[in-house]
Amino acid sequence: MTPAAPQGFLSPTGVEVAFVLVGLATLGAALVSVTTRRLVHAALWLVVALGGVAVEYLLLTAEFIAWVQVLIYVGSVVVLLLFGLMLTKAPIGPSPDADSGNRWIALGVAGLAAATLGWVVLDAFRTAWIDLDGPVQGSTRVTGDMLFRHWVLPFEALSVLLLAALVGAIVLSRKDPRATGDTAAPGSRGADGTEDPEGTR
Amino acid sequence: MNDVLDVALRLLAVFAAFLVLPLVVGQTEHKVMAHMQGRLGPMYAGGFHGWAQLVADGVKFAQKEDVVPAEADRRVFRLAPAVALLPYLLVLLAIPVGPDTVGQVVDAGVFFVLAVMGVGVLGSLMAGWASANKFSLLGGLRTAAQLLSYELPMLLAAASVAMAAGTVSLTGILDAFEWWWLPWQIVGAVVFFVAGLAELQRPPFDMPVADSEIIFGAYTEYTGMRFALFLLAEYAGIVVLCGLTTVLFLGGWHGPLGADGLGWLWTLLKTAVLAFVVIWLRVSYPRMREDQLQRLAWTVLVPLALAQIALTGVVKVVL
Repeated sequence: MTPAAPQGFLSPTGVEVAFVLVGLATLGAALVSVTTRRLVHAALWLVVALGGVAVEYLLLTAEFIAWVQVLIYVGSVVVLLLFGLMLTKAPIGPSPDADSGNRWIALGVAGLAAATLGWVVLDAFRTAWIDLDGPVQGSTRVTGDMLFRHWVLPFEALSVLLLAALVGAIVLSRKDPRATGDTAAPGSRGADGTEDPEGTR
Repeated sequence: MNDVLDVALRLLAVFAAFLVLPLVVGQTEHKVMAHMQGRLGPMYAGGFHGWAQLVADGVKFAQKEDVVPAEADRRVFRLAPAVALLPYLLVLLAIPVGPDTVGQVVDAGVFFVLAVMGVGVLGSLMAGWASANKFSLLGGLRTAAQLLSYELPMLLAAASVAMAAGTVSLTGILDAFEWWWLPWQIVGAVVFFVAGLAELQRPPFDMPVADSEIIFGAYTEYTGMRFALFLLAEYAGIVVLCGLTTVLFLGGWHGPLGADGLGWLWTLLKTAVLAFVVIWLRVSYPRMREDQLQRLAWTVLVPLALAQIALTGVVKVVL
């Protein structure tokens, strides 16, 4: 990114207009996702919101990140969420007890987090523009170079963190330490649930 | 103007392939299954060996009433077939058929196709939940469990090829292909193909739609065109999976002869052979139980895929 900015702040080029529009749609989907009283609709609106974020990455030329976003969040996390919801008694219609008493505190925390993140990003990248000459910033090759040349230590730290989470998940999903010799599915509580002979989980 | 025309032609070609190839696979399935079981299969529709059977089926589906159950979540129920079908159209856009014959070159092609294919399964989940039917719900549950466990070996196997080629672009992988990749990546190829079959819920991995026990799972309540769209999604999925396996592991347009101009024929031929194998497996193997499915994924496919990645890494470093 180059700090020199020949353009004005938010000069309305086509890409920027599209960026703002997609951003508004994403925000709307996110709001519906937390306010709807139908649990599965919330998960499906989450798909729209996460997909919108992927489109924003595309508009910022970060193609690789965009596809990974779709692969991980839309393809796996939401499927996991829906799987979990199907195991509950989520009704087709509105859930009467979908509102938590904590929702105003949650709103405050969310607003605070959004303000902090927005302020940090605006402050850091206010005058930075993506340089479209030369290799594209977000292409797979450039992303890989950046990741493994400049950010190896954070990358490895994250790997250790994820490994710890994986081991933790295995430990938590073991029911009885003595009777789990044939647990076939490490890290997959879904697989464990379907093997449960009583189907009580 | 020329650019616009070029894009329009490419889109049109991909769309035509999207409409025709699944029907060809479907008709082949009718005939191959019939002959493997000592029958003739469709013989009357269209005259010559029943070639128009699936067209007749389409007309039949279009005439049927479109029923939405009273208790169903109507909007999600109606949206589900589109969510199941459209991702395969997008994937088909990125699969290279010949050296210059590709709908659209995508920089991170492998990630694009796997990501978008994963979205298609959301359609089954939406259908399973929105039908308000216990069999559909069971089907949706099994679909989700199956997807969660088979996505991992599929990704790992694809990652192995990407490591070998040093790129995640589908055309880049084919440009780097050498004939000895075939024995080198064969384990990864088998893992990818098997995991892909499971993701498509094709026999022997058709536990989520098992028609004889949970009445076609998530699709129980669907009739008419919406049901036909789900069926079309299944066969489009076969085309996409076979095309991807061809491109990633079998060298796509590379062949022993006819290097210039006939590359697309090799791709289509390899895809057709793989599609035949998919049909063959359906006739040969009984349905796997849910616990057998999970055990196969976690104790066989994932270790094999990891071993393949290790092998790829070792060979890559030695060379």
